[in-house]
Amino acid sequence: MATTSKTLPGADYFTLGNDIADTKAPAGPIEKKWSQRKFSAKLVNPANRRKLTVIIVGTGLAGGAAAASLGEAGYNVLNFCYQDTPRRAHSIAAQGGINAAKNYRNDNDSVYRLFYDTVKGGDYRARETNVYRLAEISANIIDQCVAQGVPFAREYGGLLDTRSFGGVQVQRTFYARGQTGQQLLIGAYQALERQIAAGTVKEYTRHEMLEVIVADGRARGIVARDMVTGAIETYLADAVVLATGGYGNVFFLSTNAMGSNVTAAWRAHRKGAYMANPCYTQIHPTCIPVHGETQSKLTLMSESLRNDGRIWVPKKVEDCEKDPRDIPEEDRDYYLERIYPSFGNLVPRDIASRQAKNMCDEGRGVGPAVKELDHDGNERMVRRGVYLDFAEAIGRLGKDAVASRYGNLFDMYAQITGEDPYSTPMRIYPAVHYVMGGLWVDYDLMSSIPGLYVGGEANFSDHGANRLGASALMQGLGDGYFVLPNTINDYLADQAKFEKIDESHPAVVEAVASVKERIEKLLSIQGTRTVDSIHKELGHIMWEYCGMERTEEGLKIAIKKIDALTEEFWTNVKVTGVNEDFNQALERAGRVADFLELGRLMCVDALHRRESCGGHFRAESQTEDGEALRHDDEFLYAAAWEYTGAGAKPVLHKEHLVYEAIELKQRSYK
Amino acid sequence: MAVTGLLLIAFLLMHMFGNFKMFLGEEAFNHYAGWLKGETPDGGILYPILPAGAFIWVFRSVLVLAVILHIYSAVTLWMRAKAATPSAYKARKALAQTYSARTMRWGGVILAGVLIFHLAQFTVHSALTAGSFGATYAHSPYKMFVGEFQQWWMVVIYAVWMLAVAMHLRHGFWSAFATLGANTSPKAFRVLNACAWAIAILLYIGFIFAPVAVLVGWIH
Amino acid sequence: MNITLRVWRQANAQSEGRMVTYQVRDVSEDMSFLEMLDLLNEDLTIKGEEPVAFDHDCREGICGTCGVVINGTAHGRGNSPVATTTCQLHMRSFSDGAVIDVEPWRAGSFPVIKDLVVNRSAFDRIIQAGGYVSVNTGSAPDAHANAVNKRKADRAFDAATCIGCGACVAACPNHSGMLFTAAKITHLAMLPQGQPERGLRIKKMVSAHDEEGFGGCTNIGECAAVCPKEIPLDVIGQLNRDLISSLFSRDGK
Repeated sequence: MATTSKTLPGADYFTLGNDIADTKAPAGPIEKKWSQRKFSAKLVNPANRRKLTVIIVGTGLAGGAAAASLGEAGYNVLNFCYQDTPRRAHSIAAQGGINAAKNYRNDNDSVYRLFYDTVKGGDYRARETNVYRLAEISANIIDQCVAQGVPFAREYGGLLDTRSFGGVQVQRTFYARGQTGQQLLIGAYQALERQIAAGTVKEYTRHEMLEVIVADGRARGIVARDMVTGAIETYLADAVVLATGGYGNVFFLSTNAMGSNVTAAWRAHRKGAYMANPCYTQIHPTCIPVHGETQSKLTLMSESLRNDGRIWVPKKVEDCEKDPRDIPEEDRDYYLERIYPSFGNLVPRDIASRQAKNMCDEGRGVGPAVKELDHDGNERMVRRGVYLDFAEAIGRLGKDAVASRYGNLFDMYAQITGEDPYSTPMRIYPAVHYVMGGLWVDYDLMSSIPGLYVGGEANFSDHGANRLGASALMQGLGDGYFVLPNTINDYLADQAKFEKIDESHPAVVEAVASVKERIEKLLSIQGTRTVDSIHKELGHIMWEYCGMERTEEGLKIAIKKIDALTEEFWTNVKVTGVNEDFNQALERAGRVADFLELGRLMCVDALHRRESCGGHFRAESQTEDGEALRHDDEFLYAAAWEYTGAGAKPVLHKEHLVYEAIELKQRSYK
Repeated sequence: MAVTGLLLIAFLLMHMFGNFKMFLGEEAFNHYAGWLKGETPDGGILYPILPAGAFIWVFRSVLVLAVILHIYSAVTLWMRAKAATPSAYKARKALAQTYSARTMRWGGVILAGVLIFHLAQFTVHSALTAGSFGATYAHSPYKMFVGEFQQWWMVVIYAVWMLAVAMHLRHGFWSAFATLGANTSPKAFRVLNACAWAIAILLYIGFIFAPVAVLVGWIH
Repeated sequence: MNITLRVWRQANAQSEGRMVTYQVRDVSEDMSFLEMLDLLNEDLTIKGEEPVAFDHDCREGICGTCGVVINGTAHGRGNSPVATTTCQLHMRSFSDGAVIDVEPWRAGSFPVIKDLVVNRSAFDRIIQAGGYVSVNTGSAPDAHANAVNKRKADRAFDAATCIGCGACVAACPNHSGMLFTAAKITHLAMLPQGQPERGLRIKKMVSAHDEEGFGGCTNIGECAAVCPKEIPLDVIGQLNRDLISSLFSRDGK
């Protein structure tokens, strides 16, 4: 029974529902669970597979891999993406690499160690069983990709090169120069195109999913808009997979692609799929700073820069406008080296990010001042940038050595900023990069709507409160190639027994009508504000109050502001054009409408979780040294939120996290 | 395109080499011309494998076939390019395209036009401008050569024509080898382009040398 | 700075298009070219006019979605000091008061959808014809089962960096898709995993390329000159070489 809990902070904003009792992971020792699950899952006869239709939304690492693999298995797959071709999915932008417990280096790596590192890196907020499975299948992912012709970096002997990444002590990261994501995605894309040619997969590009069809309690299809003609189309299936990526663009500025959005996931949430841990956001410390109000997107620079670059800001506020080369050594504050003498510039992502914010909040940021809103809602101009200085490294190693290590990054920086990082310090600032939160799924990756599966960044399960470097690609491909194709059959095996539905089913009629009604509403407002201006304002609110540091007071302000902005959106937005056309303004409007609702839920989630863990830092919960302080006694659970209607309080369902194979510890970097 | 083009380049090299016989005097040049046609007492080239005078027709057939196939391929490519171009850019700027590459098609058409004149002049003898074949040049291609190129404007026409040929070859030579799969590295690219330049310059100088020599009176 | 833009406006594939002139004010030199277009679109929206449609997504030069012809060169390569995608071209490459022509990729195989947006699905169909290794999920041998010559692995990588943006087709006077096709051919031809299907792949991909209505390659080199990933022209040499040798193999006969 849903009851209001006065024991949880922010309880005015939600009600407490039942705990999630079972995640469907089989019993037994952790290393046997996945084999056990594969064995116990019901099978579909190969001859029957082509009679079963699976819709997959998204063509990134998870969606593309799942579509290709299910096509190979013989299912009738319908695959959707909003881009003009499946190869554009944002997985393509991942730079660093992909982890796998291959132990090719003979350096003590193992499935258990990868599992352990991932759970610990996630600050003990991930589900143990899923993470172990991920570590277990990681080696198969590399095999699969190599067989597809993915050109991983190789050594002179012709075997695969690996490197250490993200602060782990083993070299388990496989990479393809600085574009691992692209190469892995092209591998999945090629496998997908092969199935399209074979006729097992039908591809729908420039189609945006706008509603999930839930009939008789099961996901039975989607409503999608053809983005070229504006046609609202119905697609029916026996199961639906969402692999639609993360929602970092709720912050407007992020390293995500411009089109990355939450709409598919949010529509599913509104139809009953729980949204888990939405506030867990990863903020990457080394991005190119914002240059002005017209900035549309932030660009990530590899974290490896911190190995040789020294981070500093001027000690005196009045020096911030000066040419950094004219600031003498004694007037520079190498703040990370000062605060964390042993780790220095190599402190974890969240700490490096938060300290950069603190320096800029003190007024010691550098670079162009940009307009933003302060806590009281007043406009202010703040310099958001800190120096990442290679002068010392160039002096020590020589310019050529620095160029050989970081040349491509320096070139990228020079192209974007017009400054030469060899002669003047780079400017960097943290940016939203990845979201650990997402739709709640069980061990089979099925959401709380039967027949609706969620893979990749769109689900919540594997990274806890913080994701380790080179793990996103592993999870996306793991879900797509190996998990979904071995779990969805368990559901589909029973599907033959269900009644087939057609477009006259009331659930279909309702879904189509609601999509059309919403589009008509968006087009009819014809107010004075552009979609982008509202999106930017939402971004400012989220970044200020639900960004790197969150407080109870700030989150409450944010919720109020988001409510007002939502009202403003639905009464004063201006969407040009008509539905029956290629209409990018309309596309964006629908996405921003969903971001507004998501943003509010993120704030509620952040408000209720009065502890700091991983990417979620609550100012009220820190150690004396300013480190994140977990409260395992109160918050050792995943928060799965249930939608209860527009304006109604969401219901919190707790999935208590059980650690049998790992002991909980508090992390420290001093 | 590539194969026929290279065949024609090989022919041009041979033709150029033959022209150098002009410097050996009338008898040598005329003997060479007659030998090709099987008119010499020894039966000419490839006699007795082929009947006297047969070789030249085999040779001409191959060349005509090469030219026809070359033009056919060019027209096909041209048509495909036209079909692939729905509308022209309002503004267009080339970054890599050379003048020779840009003028391959219309240049080729012009080349073919002048070629017809050249054949009419020296092979069919219907377009001789300095005299008539029967009276002045009877059985002396040497005299014909000298007579025609003693006219300065004829040398100018040929100098311009050969420039067009050389440019066509500059792109054509490189392009033929690229099409045949020889360009598989940056080094191969440089080597092929250097060869293309070398052969274009060689042919230009080689062909223009004898007519200029006639004009300035070295050959008379 | 202030800019005069002449932008191709076309309502849909069937309608006639034309260049329309717009003034864009207060452009910062730190803006990317697409952010400048955003600025124009915000302005148009407020005035109640329809914004200019253009394709874009990652805005960090890797997804291959964006691409327009700027002042006569694909991705504005003629204005950029380095190889670039449209999203990575910055306004500092232009001077105050500049007049900039913006047009879509023009090629018969890339029909215009609206304004600057074109349909590049022909590329997908070329890949469908054989741009893959036929290996089902789960059937792969250990990743170290095949060692790969480092030089070949590097060459495969150079070719595999293609982002499928279509600039090569847009820039080619013949509107040939050969650089795109050859990049995939070379990527897979250099790796041991690509060998079993090598002869068949090239026949199928080249004929798919021709069926899509792309022009033939005449080795001009405009494609490589505008390629944002600097795919070298010699991949086409590799394609030609493989094509000729495939004519002597029985694959696909």
